[in-house]
Order: sequence, then C-alpha cells, then structure tokens
Amino acid sequence: MNPRTRLFRAARTTGSFLGVLLLTYLGLLAVTFVIGRVIPIDPVLSVVGDRAPEALVARVREEMGLNKPIWEQFWIYICKIARGDLGVSLLTSNPVLKDIKRAFPATMELATAGTIIGAGVGVPLGVWAAVRKGKWVDQTMRVVGLFGYSVPIFWLGLMGLLLFYAKLDWVGGPGRMDVAYEYTLTSVSGLLLLDSARAGQWDAFRNLLSHLVLPATLLGYVSLAYISRMTRSFMLNELSQEYVVAARAKGLSEARIIWRHALRNAMVPLVTVIALSYAGLLEGSVLTETVFAWPGLGLYITNALQNADMNAVLGGTIVVGSIFIGLNLLSDVLYRTLDPRTRER
Amino acid sequence: MRQTFAHMDAWLMSDHPESRRQAALGRTYGAWRAFSRNRLAMLGLFIILALVLVAVFAHQLAPYSPVEGDLRTTRLLAPSHGFWLGTDDQGRDILSRLIYGSRVTLMVVFLVAILAAPIGLLVGTVAGYAGGMVDAALMRVTDIFLAFPRLVLALAFVAALGPGIRNAVIAIAITSWPPYARIARAETLTIRQTDFIAAVRLIGASPWRIVLRHIMPLCMSSVIIRVTLDMAGIILTAAGLGFLGLGAQPPMPEWGAMIANGRQYVLDQWWVAAAPGTAIFLVSLAFNLLGDGLRDVLDPKAAK
Repeated sequence: MNPRTRLFRAARTTGSFLGVLLLTYLGLLAVTFVIGRVIPIDPVLSVVGDRAPEALVARVREEMGLNKPIWEQFWIYICKIARGDLGVSLLTSNPVLKDIKRAFPATMELATAGTIIGAGVGVPLGVWAAVRKGKWVDQTMRVVGLFGYSVPIFWLGLMGLLLFYAKLDWVGGPGRMDVAYEYTLTSVSGLLLLDSARAGQWDAFRNLLSHLVLPATLLGYVSLAYISRMTRSFMLNELSQEYVVAARAKGLSEARIIWRHALRNAMVPLVTVIALSYAGLLEGSVLTETVFAWPGLGLYITNALQNADMNAVLGGTIVVGSIFIGLNLLSDVLYRTLDPRTRER
Repeated sequence: MRQTFAHMDAWLMSDHPESRRQAALGRTYGAWRAFSRNRLAMLGLFIILALVLVAVFAHQLAPYSPVEGDLRTTRLLAPSHGFWLGTDDQGRDILSRLIYGSRVTLMVVFLVAILAAPIGLLVGTVAGYAGGMVDAALMRVTDIFLAFPRLVLALAFVAALGPGIRNAVIAIAITSWPPYARIARAETLTIRQTDFIAAVRLIGASPWRIVLRHIMPLCMSSVIIRVTLDMAGIILTAAGLGFLGLGAQPPMPEWGAMIANGRQYVLDQWWVAAAPGTAIFLVSLAFNLLGDGLRDVLDPKAAK
C-alpha cells in the first residue's frame, strides 16, 4: 500500500472517531439539557414565585433566554458547557466545576486502586480457570464471579464495615482518613496517597491506606468478577488456536505457551475490557462512596440529589458521562491499534 | 402410568411431528430436558418460583403488618421466636417487610422488562430490516445510549422526574433498552436473507407486516435470554436507587430502602440491614443462574 493511501485511511479513521465522539457528546448534552430544562416545573416560576406580576415573569423569561426557540437555547447551553460553565451549586454556592475538580481526585484514587486489584487478581485467576477448564478451580471461579454479579455492592460495603472495622478493627472506618490528619496533610494534586508518599508523611500514608483498602477491595472484587470471566473466555479462544498446537509440537513448555503466547494475544481484547471496567468503577463509586462517606464525585452527586441541587447533579452527570464516553472510545481505539487484524482491511 | 409417560415422551420427541402443535410442544420439551439437567439453573428457577409464590401469598404468609409496628414494645428487637428476623427502628417485623417487598421487586423487574424489551425489539428489527440511512441513524442513537453511564443517568432522570418507584422504573427502562436493540438487529440481519422472508415478500406482505409478524417473533428468544440475564442488574439498580432514597418511598417495604434504613443501626442492630441485602443477593443470583441456564439451552453458540 502506498504511503498516501495509508495516510488517507488513518485520517479517515481518526475523522470518523472524532465524529462519533462529537455525536455522542451532543447526545449526552441533549439528554442533560432535556432533563434540566424541559422536564421540571417552569424555571421562571421557581425564580420569581407563582404570585409575581405578569410583567416580571415576562422580563425574567427574557433574561433567562427562555423565550428563544428551543434550538437556540440548546446552542447557548452547549456554548456554556464548552466554556466549562456548569452553573453554580445551590448547596455549596461554588461553581459546580470547581466543586467537581476538588472531589474528583478522591474518586480517581478509589477507582484506580479498584482496577489495579481487579485486573491484578482477575487476569491470573481467569487464565487459571481457562487452563483448568471444568475442574474445581474453574467451578469455584464461576461461583465467585456469579456472587460478584449478584451482590448489591452498597450492602456488601456495609457488612464489610461492620465486620472489618467495627468488630475486628482491621481497617479504617468511613471517610478518606482519620480526622486528625485532615489538617496536617497538605495536598497538591488531591491524590492524597501520592502526595503523602512524596512528602514522606508515612503515618498519614498508612492511615490513608487503611481507609482505602476496604472500599477499593470491594470495587476490585466487582471488576474482578467481570475481568476474570472475560479473561477465561478470551484464553479459551486462544488456547484452541492452531499456533498453540504448533508451539506444543515444537516442545515449548506449557507455562511458556500459556503466559507468553496465548495470554499475549488475549491481552488485546483484555485491554478494552479493563478500560471499560475502569469506567464502570467510576460509575459504581456513586453507591460505594455513599456507604464509605468517601468525599468524591459520587458522594457529591448523591448529596446534590438529596438537596434537589440540579446544577450539581447535571454537572456531575456530564463529567461522569464524558469520562465514560472517553474511556469507551479509548478502548475502541486501543483495540484497533493493538490488534493488527482490524487494521487496513 | 409409566407406560403413558413413555408414550408421551416418544410422541413429544418424535422426529416426524404430524402437527405444528406437536412440533412446538416437542421443541419446548427438548429444551426443558436439556435445561433441567443444569442443576444450578434449576436452583435459580426454584428460587424465582418461590419468590413468585411468596409475592402472591404475601398476605397469608406475613405474620405481621409490613408498615405498622409498635414503637413502645417491639423496636429494634434481635431475631427471636416471635420475630424470626428481628424488628426495625419503627418496630416493624423485618420478615413481614421482606415478604411484602418481594412484590415490589417483582413488579419493578416485570415493568422494566415489558417497557424496555419492546423498545429494543422494535428499534433493532426496524433498523436491521430497513438498512441504509434508517439503520445508521437508529444504531447511532443506540450507540449513544450504550455509551452512557446507566446508573448516573438513571439518577439524573429520577432527580428531574422526582423520586418514587414509578419514576425509578421509567428511568431504568430508558437506560436499559439499547443492548436489546443491538441483539435484535443482529438477528434481523441474518433472518432477512432467508428464503421464507423472500417468499413472504413475494406474496406481497408489507415491510411492517414482515417485521412485526415474521422477524420479531424469531428475535424474541435471544432478547428474552438477554432480559433474563439483565434482571439481576435491574434488581441491583432499583435497589441502589432505593438505597439512595430515590426509588420506593417509605413506608413501602422496598429492599434497597430497607438497607438504607438499617444503615444507621448497622453497628449495633446489624440484622436490620443484613436481611434485605441477603434477599436482594439471593434473587439476583437466581436470575443470573436462570439466565445462564437459558442461554446454554437456547443459544448453543454462546455456551462455552
């Protein structure tokens, strides 16, 4: 293939990805726009009250831009979001974006720790189950997975707190750290674990870790259920390929065939699975954070929900949705770049 | 007696059925025989049947009222002979609330299924049969919905519509139809190439008739399997909304809301939160087992 065609194809692929990204974002904004503007009671009345004179109602309506056609309103809304203006939170009277920026690192820390646990344990277990297909390891993994799919995570969190914090006192309780550390720890990035390690505050680091371990293990378990199941099915697929037979015939050791040959090929679809489960954990944090009083995005959204703070709810939805869409697309791109078969058809 | 059974068995499994009814019954019977060999799937089916019975006879089974308790004498009692699962902060018997709560859970699952599955079926079959621009447009919308975070979107919907079990059902249904559309479209793409569709078209059937009468029924089984597999997710989402106070409102005995209520007493009166969580777990486990079993029987391609 000559280089010009290749460049053209790359440009076209990138172009179509950008197109999909743009469309999906537009869809997300359309949904939040509809939720925020069309469904609730007349926003003008909620500002001026229902006994205001008609002239005032008309003026406020004009000031809020609500007398313009709905398409124009949507356009203004998109422009506002594009500038990073998500409105002001009723609850904290801060701009929503500022609140979210402060809450997000906590969620990221939790979801990242969860994914590391989920992938670190789930991938080897999935490989093991595939190699011993039908044996007790496989059966046990199936039960472990089914349990993970079926248990309400917020309830498991509560029971975990009861057992490991209240009864056994092995882990820290709700919150990100003990109250004593809240004032001694100076945070640069919001990722407190990294910050405390960099500053050499090891007792704070240990305290943070003891609070992180339970919620992260729970989230990790949920993603483990998914990741190990997918790993197993990808590995079974690879192990039935002819190159495995060829490698065996060549006399390669079984371990080498499994870990170097089959797993490496299975890693290609697995990367996308892990990216998707990371996105899922960001979402799953809404319930986990509520149980563990973890001051992240999920807790911010649920607090806003309970106080009917629509700007904060929709702002949080847009941010979570954007990350979700981004990761979805990223996993798609990764799959295409990692798997040579999907290239240049 | 045994002879009658053997006779029936032969009739059902006949390779040369003499009527449509015999063929249909025989196919169902064959699927059932394969399904009933799967012990875990049978366990799932058994739990769900038990749940249905409990929901139907809740009034007869529940020893106490699910919404009224005696605040003076029966508040936060530990499990005992009188109250098998203890009582909650309002003095209500937790077992009775669980029994009545099965009605809420079944209703939510049922309503979401009959709202979301037809939407997905319609979108998927129409897109698959029409092809071209219609297909591209419908599938783009489906992809957009698939790329959304379901729980957060459901939260936002409920926030706007107002908390309550009805709005929770609507919110979950709105966010759960896209996978069904995907499946229905994939099935439609293979079915539309077949000879019998060509024959129906030659007879002069309209596209709508072909889609509604000939393609949709054939897509049903895959969609039903997927819905069964999704039931656990639906139950967990509904319970999550209830836990956040956005689903069923008090005093309705919804299991998720019951956990939220038990949360403040979890350190000393653990049974208030433990029992409803176990119930949610058992039911969603049952739906997962049943879904897995159905998939193995009805969709041999997916079984590995």
